Amino acid sequence: MTAPPSAGPLIEVEHLTMRFGGLVAIDDVSFTARSQAITAVIGPNGAGKTTVFNCITGFYKPTIGRLTLRSAGREFLLERMRGHEIGQKARVARTFQNIRLFSGMTVLENLMVAQHNKLMRASGWSLLGLVGAAGFQRAEAASVELARLWLERIGLVADADRPAGELPYGAQRRLEIARAMCTEPVLLCLDEPAAGLNPRESAELNQLLVSIRDRDGIGVLLIEHDMSVVMNISDHIVVLDYGRKIAEGAPVAVRNDPAVIRAYLGTDEEALDA
Amino acid sequence: MGPRLPLMLKDAGLTAFVAAALGIFIVGFRTVDQGGGKGLGFDYHLVDLVVAVFVIFIGRLGLSMAANGLRWPAIVLGVAMIVAGASPMKLPSGFLHWFVALGGVLLVIRAIWPWASDAMGVAARTPSGVALGKAGTKWFGWLLLAAAVLMPFTPLADQKTMDLGVLILTYVMLGWGLNIVVGLAGLLDLGYVAFYAVGAYAYALLSTHYGLGFWTVLPLAGMMAALFGIVLGFPVLRLRGDYLAIVTLGFGEIIRLVLLNWFDLTNGPAGIGSIPGPTLFGAVFAETPPPGKQTVSEMLGIAFDGNHRLIFLYYIILGLALITNLFTQRMRRLPVGRAWEALREDETACQALGINPTNTKLTAFAIGAMFAGFAGSFFAAKQRFISPESFVFIESAIILAIVVLGGMGSQIGVVLAAVLLIGLPEWFRDLGSYRMLAFGLAMVLIMVFKPRGLISHREPSIRLHPAGSGGGG
Repeated sequence: MTAPPSAGPLIEVEHLTMRFGGLVAIDDVSFTARSQAITAVIGPNGAGKTTVFNCITGFYKPTIGRLTLRSAGREFLLERMRGHEIGQKARVARTFQNIRLFSGMTVLENLMVAQHNKLMRASGWSLLGLVGAAGFQRAEAASVELARLWLERIGLVADADRPAGELPYGAQRRLEIARAMCTEPVLLCLDEPAAGLNPRESAELNQLLVSIRDRDGIGVLLIEHDMSVVMNISDHIVVLDYGRKIAEGAPVAVRNDPAVIRAYLGTDEEALDA
Repeated sequence: MGPRLPLMLKDAGLTAFVAAALGIFIVGFRTVDQGGGKGLGFDYHLVDLVVAVFVIFIGRLGLSMAANGLRWPAIVLGVAMIVAGASPMKLPSGFLHWFVALGGVLLVIRAIWPWASDAMGVAARTPSGVALGKAGTKWFGWLLLAAAVLMPFTPLADQKTMDLGVLILTYVMLGWGLNIVVGLAGLLDLGYVAFYAVGAYAYALLSTHYGLGFWTVLPLAGMMAALFGIVLGFPVLRLRGDYLAIVTLGFGEIIRLVLLNWFDLTNGPAGIGSIPGPTLFGAVFAETPPPGKQTVSEMLGIAFDGNHRLIFLYYIILGLALITNLFTQRMRRLPVGRAWEALREDETACQALGINPTNTKLTAFAIGAMFAGFAGSFFAAKQRFISPESFVFIESAIILAIVVLGGMGSQIGVVLAAVLLIGLPEWFRDLGSYRMLAFGLAMVLIMVFKPRGLISHREPSIRLHPAGSGGGG
């Protein structure tokens, strides 16, 4: 299952700048993320982490900068692609800070919607599907099988036919990750997946993310505040503060970086102001 | 009655006062032409007003009592109102009899509602109740279908009932078509009647100018409406929610104004007349055959009966509606159907999953428009005369009301809502211009008792565990 580690980075973010009117949300940020690795983007509130994600996943068009994704010998310039093409062609999947499941639909249906493009082709853009062609039925069965596989990995097989909105919070978080994985991405962007989880759920999440890195061999980009998650599983950490990159490196190096400590704990004067 | 009675009386008094203040200008007097050059004068209806305000006072008091658990006094008040409404006692107008009696019926229903819902809840929890409920939801649709198919053969099927049946089925079909757009894809379309108009005018023009028959034009009309759906939808479907609603409302009006003013093509407000009706294997429904044609009664060797045409129309619209339903049910289980529902739930998440929102919305919009086109050409063939009058905004609103009140996305719900909203006002035609009150009343009652629509249950489009296995817990 695991591909040999590619020589270059999976995604290369170069000189990314995003301005909203006069506000500079991200200022000249560059970093890279590799396949088969978990890259964490951390920083205090308002540092611009989610904005970076929104640029990568096509929800924002960056003001300046280049986002290059290399997979299977192809090169995608994400900043030039339309929103849905980033998921469809470049195979970048994401989750959201505030969970965005299709809450009225069942758990299984959520995972089926994630395989939309594959199934649309198999259903001949609905024409073959309408007449019940055998090829489409096989493709649908295969999609259900993939969904079942992911339900087993997140422990929700028994809940497959329940509306997604009825699940407990932690299960919804895991389901959103499984839904993103059902698009068979090469890069998975997770926006605060551990937010609101208790310590036990957080530990389960760590296992899930590590297994996604090791078994599925894809790149994971992670925004997280929960340091127990970040420090335990990250291979590489990028620290943002006020839209600028202030540090980058392995977890141990970042933890002891004076600039990072200053950003999180504040300097003496700032501590007094607060 | 306890210490709350003064409060209830005060509340009822306030309600009556508000009703009086509003009603004095609406009901209390109206201006009439006195004739003979004397100009306008006032015609007073103060007795009507007083009676109505009194009834409102009693009704409000009864409602408060029912809400506070005083069920028996509320029931007594309600029964008294029914008796007063139904009695030969001389009230100032016939409408007041209805008003009083209906008010009484509502009050009694409100008073016994808690008992009824408790009893139903208890019954539904017993094993036989559960089984019955399951069987009911499973067989209810089939029962309705059987009733609809057999209806023309029952003694009920006089001309009035058949007419009503055709009307209701037309709205059922429109409701099912709009259900794809609003119920499944979640696109609030306030201009749906525009596509209905496109279908109707397509048939009217092609049949009167080029002599094409109903069955030839039917698919063309559907395609034409779908094309309009795509052309109108493409620029606007990137809008969401209220903004989309406003733009579709505008498009509905534009189509109507074009029909009204493009005199050379549509004959403007005078409309298009003598549209041929649908044929059965080339035979027409008429007493005497037009030159070169055969009548159905000649072909089948039966005596001419004006009702045959109506029965034929009834089965055509039943068939068209069923096709709409089958198609929709099938689409719901395909990837595109699931994408529609996902789009309704969360467009942002859809985009993140690589689903093209514009294309997905366009298919829903075009398919919904196509069915409106079919229904439109049926309408033109049934009426034999169409004018822009038939395609006003209120039609869109009624179809939307059927979808929303039926329970967004529910196919059976649309049928029930169409029967209630279209059937009730027709049955209450004796009420004259007040019959729209029945329409309003049906809407208010559904929203009070079933805020998520008549049928709010959603059946999953695909299951991992077979239904009823309980694997889901």
